[in-house]
Amino acid sequence: MDLFYITSFVLSIISASTPLLLAASGELITERSGTLNLGVEGMMLIGAIAGFATAHDTGSALLGVLAAAAAGIAISLIFAVLTQTFLANQIAAGLALTIFGHGFAALLGAGYVGIAAPTLPKLAFPLLSKIPFFGPVLFNQNILIYFSFAILACISWFLRKTHAGLILRAVGDNHDAAHAMGYAVLKIRYGAIAFGGGMAGIAGAYLSLYYSPLWSQDLASGRGWIALALVVFSAWRPYWLLAGAYLFGGITYLSLYLQGLGVLIPAPLISALPYFGTIIVLVLISRDRRRTRLNQPACLGKSFHAVV
Amino acid sequence: MFRLEPRGERSTFWTYGSPVLAVLLTILTMGAIFAVMGAPPVTAIETFLISPITSVAGLSALAVRAAPLIIIGVGLAFCYRANVWNIGGDGQFTLGAIAGGGLALLFPNEAFWWFYPVVLVTGILGGMAWAAIVAALKLRFNANEILTSLMLVYIAQLVLVWLVTGPWRDPHGFGFPQSAMFSAGATTPMIFSGTTIHLGCLLAPLLAIVLWQVMARSVLGFQLRVVGQAPRAARYAGFSNARLTWIALLVSGGLSGLAGIIEVTGPVGQLTTSITPGYGFTAVIVAFLGRLHPVGVIFAGLLLALSYLGGDAAQINLNLPNAITGIFQGVLLFYLLGADILILYRLKRVNPAAPVTENS
Amino acid sequence: MDSTTPPPTAAPASDPLLILRGIVKQFPGCLANDHVDLTVGRHEIHALLGENGAGKSTLVKIIYGVMKPDAGTITWDGKIVTIANPAQARALGIGMVFQHFSLFEALTVAENIALGLNNPEDRVGLYDRIVDISTRYGLPLDPKRAVHDLSVGERQRIEIVRCLLQNPKLLIMDEPTSVLTPQEVQKLFGTLRRLAAEGCSILYISHKLEEIRALCERATIMRLGKVTAHCIPSEKTARELAELMISAKLKTQNFGARAVSSHAPRLVLDRLTIRSNQPFGTDLKDISFAVAPGEILGIAGIAGNGQTELMEALSGEIPAGSPKNILLDGIEIGHEGPMARRKRGCCALPEERNGHGAVGGMTLSENGFLSANMRGALQRLGLINRKRTRAFAAGVIERFDVRTTGPEAEARSLSGGNLQKFLIGREVVQQPSVLILSQPTWGVDAGAAAAIYEALVALAKGGTAIVIISQDLDEILMLCDRIAVIAAGRISPPVKVMDATIEQIGLLMGGSRHQEPEHVPA
Repeated sequence: MDLFYITSFVLSIISASTPLLLAASGELITERSGTLNLGVEGMMLIGAIAGFATAHDTGSALLGVLAAAAAGIAISLIFAVLTQTFLANQIAAGLALTIFGHGFAALLGAGYVGIAAPTLPKLAFPLLSKIPFFGPVLFNQNILIYFSFAILACISWFLRKTHAGLILRAVGDNHDAAHAMGYAVLKIRYGAIAFGGGMAGIAGAYLSLYYSPLWSQDLASGRGWIALALVVFSAWRPYWLLAGAYLFGGITYLSLYLQGLGVLIPAPLISALPYFGTIIVLVLISRDRRRTRLNQPACLGKSFHAVV
Repeated sequence: MFRLEPRGERSTFWTYGSPVLAVLLTILTMGAIFAVMGAPPVTAIETFLISPITSVAGLSALAVRAAPLIIIGVGLAFCYRANVWNIGGDGQFTLGAIAGGGLALLFPNEAFWWFYPVVLVTGILGGMAWAAIVAALKLRFNANEILTSLMLVYIAQLVLVWLVTGPWRDPHGFGFPQSAMFSAGATTPMIFSGTTIHLGCLLAPLLAIVLWQVMARSVLGFQLRVVGQAPRAARYAGFSNARLTWIALLVSGGLSGLAGIIEVTGPVGQLTTSITPGYGFTAVIVAFLGRLHPVGVIFAGLLLALSYLGGDAAQINLNLPNAITGIFQGVLLFYLLGADILILYRLKRVNPAAPVTENS
Repeated sequence: MDSTTPPPTAAPASDPLLILRGIVKQFPGCLANDHVDLTVGRHEIHALLGENGAGKSTLVKIIYGVMKPDAGTITWDGKIVTIANPAQARALGIGMVFQHFSLFEALTVAENIALGLNNPEDRVGLYDRIVDISTRYGLPLDPKRAVHDLSVGERQRIEIVRCLLQNPKLLIMDEPTSVLTPQEVQKLFGTLRRLAAEGCSILYISHKLEEIRALCERATIMRLGKVTAHCIPSEKTARELAELMISAKLKTQNFGARAVSSHAPRLVLDRLTIRSNQPFGTDLKDISFAVAPGEILGIAGIAGNGQTELMEALSGEIPAGSPKNILLDGIEIGHEGPMARRKRGCCALPEERNGHGAVGGMTLSENGFLSANMRGALQRLGLINRKRTRAFAAGVIERFDVRTTGPEAEARSLSGGNLQKFLIGREVVQQPSVLILSQPTWGVDAGAAAAIYEALVALAKGGTAIVIISQDLDEILMLCDRIAVIAAGRISPPVKVMDATIEQIGLLMGGSRHQEPEHVPA
């Protein structure tokens, strides 16, 4: 294999991994605050169509990304109201969000099927982008790919080094204690849920404005759910999320590559590879119950109602 | 300013009142959405919710749509009572269709009376097998059942695509991705001639009643409810969590499989790439809307079946996208989850201005 | 502490630090504080005394800004204030050590402390200041360790250090000694006296009379949400204080010595060793003891030393390694689960009522069925016999005077004491040959506790062997024939209660940790 193939191979993996990384980064923060939002898939779809429609109507892909983030936040706030204020079961509310997201995105997208929208620009660094291999991989990428790395670094720094990050972790670990110490558990969780929604929305925009730049209802095809599995895989640690997302990017690439190669295994079964991979990864990572329980935010999925 | 205050116990009124409130709020919201989309709200709601069931044909279509929702929904309600979150009903449905349908395709000329029951049982076993994977991964490896059951939906769908585009494709089907039609010996019998009402429409309420009795009267049902509400209390009482998880998943998987095989040997008539419009996911709403109670599931199944018919009617008569169905379902579940707070809490008006008064 | 504070004044009430007047707090179905008055002087160690449920915790939560009063005024340092939240309370100079620690298991000591400091400048150089304060007041702590690795005593030190870092004028301690050994209690008292001498007032909440007599200068006594007396504890006898605190005239509970039979023991534990099923649990090591028919064995110890695991090992929730580890009337039952053990006559009731011993959202009938389905013959051919189940629950309600609307009431609608009476009754009615209870009167009012004790003694007289795992030493000393102490998953050889001294028990409770013997109040 020459350098050209290696470069395109690495580029494909990066491009397949980024939506997972974006969505999972948001969900990581949501879950660290003690909230389990299973609606990532729905929020991604809403973000995808909001981004696509805005980009198409305004002609600006960047505005599309902003609209996607806003739409993701808006829709995640429905979840926040239900689970935080109305104390609804988080699993059910997350599912409702996904079902609603599918329907709502399909409704909004009905007029956008089969048309093109502007795609996200690449940010090419002068000179540096001309270096073989490193140039295209590191210095000539879509802006959301840079963004995915930057936001991950920020999240890691936020969680480990800042007082606000400490408060977020504390709320996820023991919301009663956090409340007793005077922290506004619900406000913090609303914020964390909104951040997760915004990131899922951006992940959706990445799909509809770059990865497969046409609107279709099946755009997310389970990526939201894989992102959820990745958060479990990472044991709620940002850099493990990076590893997980790129592992899945690799699997996705492999399944596309094998289909292109026309090997003996039928194409639909090869397409199932990422889903198989998710199950296998979940099995491997969950096997150690003690470890999972140690890392998992202790309040994950539990409702909080303060007696005032 | 309102504040939520715990009631201390369940409110019977709101246990039944909250779904009614949710349905009313959903209808109002749908009216608003129709208005935004430029359709006259009252006419649109009439088209969506009433016109589909004003004829015998419409009612029988409703029964046909409701049958799979109710059959999957009672299984899911059973499962969720045990706090096992199987959301892969669609996958188990598909596997039921593949297993039973495969048998029917294997013996295309079988005409014995017992062949159809065997096909049904094979479908049930197919759904159970798919759910058994979830149970085994959960109990052996502690893998989250929500995620595994969901991944298995995608895998089941892709397996079906492979089968009907590859080995099982009908050689006389002009290359369409579909199998041959099932033989008469492997077709769901009709109940009333002149309508589309088939055996499944009869089985659905029967199964709901059977599971209701199991839930309410049997020790097994009691154990499931305890393990779902208070897993530590179940351990204290000595109820085996593993056994109950297996039962919950096998029952719900088997019922989803049954719904799948009835659907393909009935209304669909063959295996195609699109045998389910998301029945497995809609059944999640059915289970919740029905209060995880089998009898409630019957009503909820009928309502959500209506939303499918309504979506089609809105598309044909008002030129609205049939995605309206998904929105209706999502909004309904939102309102239901929100309204459910009234079961355990009451709204209390508080005056934020003066929480602390002078010496009273 | 601030060294510029003036020396203690003779009459603390003349210039009080904190005055509460007419505090009212209403919860659904319960008036937690009914026009409560409280005055805490400067440099004073002030006791807030009362039974469980008297409203003490609610009152201090109001002072600390966790809850808002429905009526009443708070005067702090001469000014009327509204304390909206704990951050404001801390800003005023109020620190609080909670009964159930508000600590974050997954975080380190330093992170836990940082979370209690609102001002960013307070968090500068935090490590050194933690070490500094903790050595100054004899509260050793390693700031880098994760909380889930720490003992209960160390956890309490985190809370105290967290308060002290903010130079509080008032330190509220909610039942601080329930988790400490008698020796640790003495050390804590030393720290508190030193703090008071340095100018920090202390509001000390407890229901332990001797502690309050030993430590506190003045006391406010509460009962059923009302203040019943203000007094100087050293001038009252423990009995007088108790009568102010307990609604009914204190009945001398003397159950007399029961003839302990010389028959073969009903329950034998033989070198029982199990691993905990909890991530931060305590493993049990080599536990051996025997309980004779009619005997009540008390197992004392500080929370978190393996009590939960012992309970679950005896009830069958955690099976023993070998059948031989546990013998019931000579039969090996170590491998059996809870259902099989119950069938043989070994019944148990864990400490936690809601969600463990009972299901809150189920009716009393169903909760009766939960444990009595076998011995009460409440099921037939896999179906629930509803008539018998109802009758069983109604029988328990009647016999144990459970205040409820009937067998169809949900368990969570009952008060703690009533639910506990129902649950103990549920086990007692099954006439077990061995009964194991954990914290049978935790959070239960005095009347219900007395009824529970009577039922247990009657059961023992009938030949049942009873094991009581309790952190309430007084309860064990009053009720039990023999006492053993559990510490770090090991159990001491049982001794006769009349032969045991508090000092000896205290040392055992401290486990292998060496403590210099100090004077201990009787």
